[in-house]
Amino acid sequence: MPLTINGTDHDFTGDPRTTLLDFLRDGCGLTGTKKGCDHGQCGACTVLVNGQRINSCLTLAVMHEGDAVTTIEGFGTPEELHPLQEAFVRHDGFQCGYCTPGQICSAKAMLDEAANGWASFVSDDITAPVSLTRDEIRERMSGNLCRCGAYSNIVDAIAEVVEAGR
Amino acid sequence: MTSVYTMDEPDERNRLDAMAQGVIGKPLDRLEGPLKVSGKATYAAEYRIPNCVEGVLVTATIARGQVTAIDDEAVLQMPGVIAVLSDDRMTARAAQGGAGKSPVRKVRDVQYYGQPVALVVAKTFEQARHAAKHLRIRYREEPDPLVDPEDERATFEPFEDPTVQGDLDQAMDAAAHAVDVVYTTEGHNSAAMEPHASIAEWDGKTLTLHSSLQMLRFNRKELADALGLDADNVRLASPYVGGGFGSKLGISPEGAAASVAAITLKRPVRVVLLRQQVFQCIMRRSETRQRLRLAADAEGRLIGFGHEAWVSNLPEEEFAEPVLQASEFLYPGDDRKLDLEVTRIHRVTAGSVRAPGEAVGMQALEGAMDELALAMEIDPVELRLRNIPERHPTLDIPYSSRKLEECLRKGAERFDWDGADRTPCKKREGDWWIGTGMATATRVHNLNKAEARVTFRADGSVEVASDMTDIGTGTYTVLQQIAAEMLGVDPGRVEVHLGDTDFPPGSGSGGSWGAASTGSAVFQACEGIRSKLAAKLGCAEDELTLKDGHAVTGNRRIAIADLLGDEALTEHARFKPGKITEAFAAAMYGAFFAEVAVNVYSGEVRVRRFTGAFSMGRVLNAKTATSQCMGGMVWGIGSALTEELAFDQRDGHIVNPDLAEYHVPVNLDVPHLDVLLVEERDPAGSPLQAKGVGELGICGAAGAIANAIHHACGVRVRSFPITPDKVLAGLPEV
Repeated sequence: MPLTINGTDHDFTGDPRTTLLDFLRDGCGLTGTKKGCDHGQCGACTVLVNGQRINSCLTLAVMHEGDAVTTIEGFGTPEELHPLQEAFVRHDGFQCGYCTPGQICSAKAMLDEAANGWASFVSDDITAPVSLTRDEIRERMSGNLCRCGAYSNIVDAIAEVVEAGR
Repeated sequence: MTSVYTMDEPDERNRLDAMAQGVIGKPLDRLEGPLKVSGKATYAAEYRIPNCVEGVLVTATIARGQVTAIDDEAVLQMPGVIAVLSDDRMTARAAQGGAGKSPVRKVRDVQYYGQPVALVVAKTFEQARHAAKHLRIRYREEPDPLVDPEDERATFEPFEDPTVQGDLDQAMDAAAHAVDVVYTTEGHNSAAMEPHASIAEWDGKTLTLHSSLQMLRFNRKELADALGLDADNVRLASPYVGGGFGSKLGISPEGAAASVAAITLKRPVRVVLLRQQVFQCIMRRSETRQRLRLAADAEGRLIGFGHEAWVSNLPEEEFAEPVLQASEFLYPGDDRKLDLEVTRIHRVTAGSVRAPGEAVGMQALEGAMDELALAMEIDPVELRLRNIPERHPTLDIPYSSRKLEECLRKGAERFDWDGADRTPCKKREGDWWIGTGMATATRVHNLNKAEARVTFRADGSVEVASDMTDIGTGTYTVLQQIAAEMLGVDPGRVEVHLGDTDFPPGSGSGGSWGAASTGSAVFQACEGIRSKLAAKLGCAEDELTLKDGHAVTGNRRIAIADLLGDEALTEHARFKPGKITEAFAAAMYGAFFAEVAVNVYSGEVRVRRFTGAFSMGRVLNAKTATSQCMGGMVWGIGSALTEELAFDQRDGHIVNPDLAEYHVPVNLDVPHLDVLLVEERDPAGSPLQAKGVGELGICGAAGAIANAIHHACGVRVRSFPITPDKVLAGLPEV
């Protein structure tokens, strides 16, 4: 079953019970995507499927025929970081680092959602263009737990990228 | 040869301030940051080892009894299943921090619901998980297990000798103002984002375990003891740890299980705990009941101080949540009673969770202090300022450097604190009552012995090595900075290798001692290298300036690479906390200031502003230290408002063993955190004049929030977490 991961063609032939998360980690060796709870509760496994964020533990690999998956490995390398990755380092938007790939994938998709006018729980006017205030960022990033408690810095990192994009 | 620094007295030399590189304390980005943000840091479960198979633990579904049979026949017929193991070398519990010996094994003797009893191994994770779900275990169940500390059969025994001075009852009677209150806190789970995971490899003699652990020096002995191996034949590797918070201080059940399977099956085996198992069979922070008695004279000085606490643990565990740890030294009061009692119940092991003791003791104490200030109608900050003792109230020893007053004053100023009128229900914005509250922070300073090796390579680069771990605390970076400062090189020229028992044994990460302890070993090794360089130059070590890869003495300046020639210099150093730990009451201090909004209809609480001013001796890296403080404050929000383990009263199983039902704070629960680091050098803290930082930010944080809730709406909740139902019950009519 063909699918694309970070622009590379892959073929899934494994156990149909395999989650997308386990296929990425164990089948493809892309361990940047983390398993925190395996139940869609923590967000550590967040990846992009056709540009939208998804908990990869809550979906089976076989459900993604022909899909384009982007994992943290598709963002940047340690030597050449993506602007979001750079901002996370600069603002110390992580400590242990385990939730971080999911946070960054989530942030990327969240920026796109906002750009496309998706409202959130804290939006005052759900029909108006989205202005990514800090509370908007907080709400939209609340599906990604960080037990080290780096939230304040995560918001600073994302806000900086938002500012740079203006 | 190993050089040894035994710290018997304060180190007043402030050597790091005398160095020239100027990187110590600077807010450097994390050394390993680029690896972590790009998914390239490798955690325990992420090693690709050929021929590796997968194990899934099966846990008990009764609280107490014996496993009488494991019906593995059907499971062994399932596709891919290789083995079902239930072996005496497997561990039934996680080891306590610093145990250095195996935790209770006897996996077939069930002592709590969720205890591991067997391991199913299969070719793939899907197969192993499926088989584990279908493995039938038969038990002989003991009726009516004691699983609840509130059960009338529960008996409490003193955990250690109580502190009793003078006559507290009399002081309470004689007091101009007194508070006598009971606070409770519920059980907590560390809930590190990375579940406990191990991959075991066995070559017939040596066991190698990739695992997620905090204190390898002890973990190696724990695992060796469980398996009946010589510690020299156990190698542990934990270069990256996805959070610990106490839950990875000791070996956890998947480590021994993977090892037994690897030895038995003669092939590598990986075992990763399911998230539910992390809750069910690692560690909980005990629930606490705490009675606080504060007796003050007319000026608000404490003349009597009582703090009694009741906690629980499993039989045979040598740990009781040290609730009174800060109460021993924080406040005065000649008439004192401090008593910690424990009852034995059949719930999952109670052990260290971030800041054991102060995390829950301080929030109750600081709530009671707020009640005292209110009774006296004085500013709660002023009450704290009037109660800073001259000497340790029981041991009569001096305090080491203590910046509590500065933290209180600077924090208040930064927050724009107004403590003049603490009458509740004075401010309302729409549907929300607004209030402010404050609390003192303190956490005892710990040191641990540690070793490290530092090499000044011939090319002028530096390598630091220790089995010390970095669990998100910033160890890689602060050790890099210490070495760079002492040896006068750009931090980019320093490599730091951690988390492998092939390296010298570090202190491990726990009790906030990591940086001060292992950092001191690195410091000592660097001093040794400096001495050797000075000898080469024929000058005294303190006449040597090292900066930007050059050595300078007198009017000579020479490149380090030239000075070293082709020879690398290596120093192996050991740091030992000596008499210093008894000579001073050493602790970190701080002050929290919080503003909350309480919904006038629902009782929902939102934290709107949160400031913390902290002193921890020398700050080794302002960025990572700030982040540590922030993390603690986030935990304070969780402890104040949402975190509680719920136990079934019949069999003690955890009802909310996952991240959907056990509520850790999410991003929107946390406002911008304002952290102020107060400049300090503590010569008694360590040769670095540094103390610990990892736990301080939680110690009292929830108290500030509870006090702010009272100020906002007049509801005093003495039962943490302060969920809306508890607030709602006392909300004023609107």
